Amino acid sequence: MRARVLIRPKEGILDPQGQTVERALPALGFDGVSDVRIGRLVELEVPDIAEVEAMCEKLLANPLVEDYEILPAESS
Amino acid sequence: MRFGVIRFPGSCDEVDAVQACERYGDAELLWHRERGLRDIDAVIVPGGFSYGDYLRPGAIARFSPIMEAVADFAREGGRVLGICNGFQVLCEAGLLPGALLGNEHLRFRCRQVEVLVENTDTAFTRACARGERLSIPGKHTTGRYFAPPALLDELEANGQVVFRYASGQNPNGSLNDIAGVVNEAGNVVGLMPHPEHAVNPLCSSGDGGKLFASAALEPLAA
Repeated sequence: MRARVLIRPKEGILDPQGQTVERALPALGFDGVSDVRIGRLVELEVPDIAEVEAMCEKLLANPLVEDYEILPAESS
Repeated sequence: MRFGVIRFPGSCDEVDAVQACERYGDAELLWHRERGLRDIDAVIVPGGFSYGDYLRPGAIARFSPIMEAVADFAREGGRVLGICNGFQVLCEAGLLPGALLGNEHLRFRCRQVEVLVENTDTAFTRACARGERLSIPGKHTTGRYFAPPALLDELEANGQVVFRYASGQNPNGSLNDIAGVVNEAGNVVGLMPHPEHAVNPLCSSGDGGKLFASAALEPLAA
């Protein structure tokens, strides 16, 4: 089964990548954008989606500084 | 005194680390696939880009076979020093508290920095004076030390902040200007700047040698 994991910096942790993008957007005419945060997406084929949480805790995310969310990928 | 310096695929400062150690004892390289630590008295986890820094710096290296032996060695009170990428590896492995995040300004910074020695009761600072300023180079992109507020308070209260960037010299946005920390027991130390690149006064500074000299003093009491 295909799974998706969304990993983001925890709330309150400075995200310089997000800040940089936020500062760049007005230059392109996109005003009023705030609170840009940049994380990453991991897609994986797994035999059992129940195992993905343990994968996140041990490797895919660093739970001290990142939140993760596991989503079953839509079958298409 | 026998130092072992681990070499991961992607390490790049292990040879300097061996040469630094050799000023104070014997040193040998340990390949990351090894399952034991041979007969060594202290382990250096060196700088570089283990496994290309894929996923997060240190995230893959911590699962190298040798890291299990390092964890056992640390639990038994063995002296372990993580430098730069090695510091990241030790944090990922849970042998040191906290995490290293991308530099606040997103740039690679390479420059000489001064750090203050805040705790001289660790395996790698016993030859230093409290408050001593060490001039050693820092060179990294992912060196912003972070710990959640409660943990940070605990580290400060326990004296686990071993090295702090001198005022105005924080190169990466680390919380509380933290450059290096120690575990509760005092035998595992990690820092972002590179003491192994500062062991000869003819090449900028010899201050970094004090960390290796400290390790070569009498073993810690159990």
